Amino acid sequence: MRAFVGFVRKETLHLLRDRQTLAILLLFPVVQVLIFGFAVRTDVRDIAIAIVDPTPDVATLELRERIDASDRFHIVGVAPSARGLDPQFRGGAIRQALVLPAGVERRLGRGDSLPVQLLTDGSDPNTGGIMQGYATAIVERWYRDAVPATGALRIEARARMRYNPTLESSHLFVPGLVAFVLTIVSALMTAISISREKETGTMEMLLVSPIRPTAIVAGKVMPYIGLGFVSVLLVLVAARAVFGVPLRGSLVLLLAESGLYIVTALALGIVISTKAPNQRTAMIAALAGLMMPTLLLSGFIFPLDSLPRVLQYLSYAVPARWFLTIVRGIMIKGAGLATLWQETLILMGMTLFLLAKGSRGLAIRLG
Amino acid sequence: MTGHAIDARALTRRFGSFTAVDAITFHVEPGEVFGFLGANGAGKTTAIRMLIGVLAPTSGSATVAGYDLKTQAEQVRRRIGYMSQKFSLYEDLTVQENITLYGGIYGVSDRDIVTRTGEILGRIGLEHAGDELVRDIPLGWKQQLAFCVALLHRPAVVFLDEPTGGVDPITRRRFWELIYEAGAAGTSVLVTTHYLDEAEYCRRISIMVDGAIAAMGTPAEVRKAVGAETLDEVFLKLTRPGTAA
Repeated sequence: MRAFVGFVRKETLHLLRDRQTLAILLLFPVVQVLIFGFAVRTDVRDIAIAIVDPTPDVATLELRERIDASDRFHIVGVAPSARGLDPQFRGGAIRQALVLPAGVERRLGRGDSLPVQLLTDGSDPNTGGIMQGYATAIVERWYRDAVPATGALRIEARARMRYNPTLESSHLFVPGLVAFVLTIVSALMTAISISREKETGTMEMLLVSPIRPTAIVAGKVMPYIGLGFVSVLLVLVAARAVFGVPLRGSLVLLLAESGLYIVTALALGIVISTKAPNQRTAMIAALAGLMMPTLLLSGFIFPLDSLPRVLQYLSYAVPARWFLTIVRGIMIKGAGLATLWQETLILMGMTLFLLAKGSRGLAIRLG
Repeated sequence: MTGHAIDARALTRRFGSFTAVDAITFHVEPGEVFGFLGANGAGKTTAIRMLIGVLAPTSGSATVAGYDLKTQAEQVRRRIGYMSQKFSLYEDLTVQENITLYGGIYGVSDRDIVTRTGEILGRIGLEHAGDELVRDIPLGWKQQLAFCVALLHRPAVVFLDEPTGGVDPITRRRFWELIYEAGAAGTSVLVTTHYLDEAEYCRRISIMVDGAIAAMGTPAEVRKAVGAETLDEVFLKLTRPGTAA
């Protein structure tokens, strides 16, 4: 036990003495929150829209006013014909155009059909879909108010986004960031710190000594467990302070689940380090093997439903996927263990498997 | 229990079809300084790695410090010290922290750590460097320090794998003084080296060629058996029999 305590102390000293790495590790979560928060936005604001209105009248003016009043849109121009829209789309001056027919008010009064064309820049399909939704909503609303009630039964669907009514992208990415940052901090640092000792030859000294390999590894990962918790808290605090991301569920549960995922990531790091002959290989393996799946196959950046079937199956093997569901559930929906027990169990199973694999790899020692 | 510090019997290690160590049999007495010689790739390091318990023998057996390597590995570990070719203290820890760490790992009591630290630092002239980071002290001192740390728990046997690589002649001399002191204090020393003048300091030597022991005995006995004037000549004759005559 004394040997173990001494060992943890040594590992903590390594971490604290390497000021540069420590600074990077502590800044990393905060910088990630800011980058993802400001740069990677999937919610859409301030759409430049052009209106084609051949015969302006009271009804079309009302529609234009409604569009301009929304903070989603600003009208960059009103033209009598659709000619000239193409170059504007291509040049990026407008992202949407609403083409109205002639004699709108007359048609409305007679109850005629109203052919309205909505053009949307579809070069980014996700954003395009969202823009289309916003514009359609405004037009439909205006149409209902403009056409006098006929007494016929009208069905009106009111859509409401639960948990994230204004579709803030920060609500989506912060849980992903928690998983991402933990993977990097825990798995990468463990892999590096173990393979560094292999490289410098100190690992051999340790393996010759009476201290058990499992104690070596347990001692090595202790400081990184602490660092992992600090990272989670940093992400949460930064996300709340800068973007007002809520934490609807229990903080204790979130931290407990994070603790579980930290161990998962550490175990991954151990498995990598038992395979990698040196620091460089360990680092590349950890980055390529963990970062990409964590970013792409966890639902962090791309919705899992939109992935090809093969990748969807592959994503079941990515621990971050399950952790992400858990964090989103707790933070955004305020879910408890009653709904998240399945994901938790899967994550636990994965962790046990990885730990067993990692300690087997170490048991072979250096032979 | 054989009374020998090391007793290897037909110790063999194969990697696939390649036999790195081929049934070597030898023993080392308590307090003896035993030189382990051989060209690069002759199997010295593989033999040492088996004796320190990080590599399992393919066949054969050995006892180290009186305990069987296969069945009593734990006891063996507590009673041996090891210093590898690679310099193996932690560069980002201080001299004192390194000593404390290894003392803790080997179960040396806090009081003993304090007194032995004083002894070690006084012996190698690093009294004032206890709080310096190991990376900041000169290589020669690092190696002496690494040796002393390997002896911190008073092992019965200490294994030194090319301990004097890359150090100047004066430091090498001081290093050998430390080795002699350890031997005189009853610790057996098994040392590999490429410097044949160092081999003359050993009480007995063995020369490995292609995984087997080609000659063994005191330096004088070995010279006589091979029919050579110097150990240099012995070495050339054994390792390159065709060219040196």
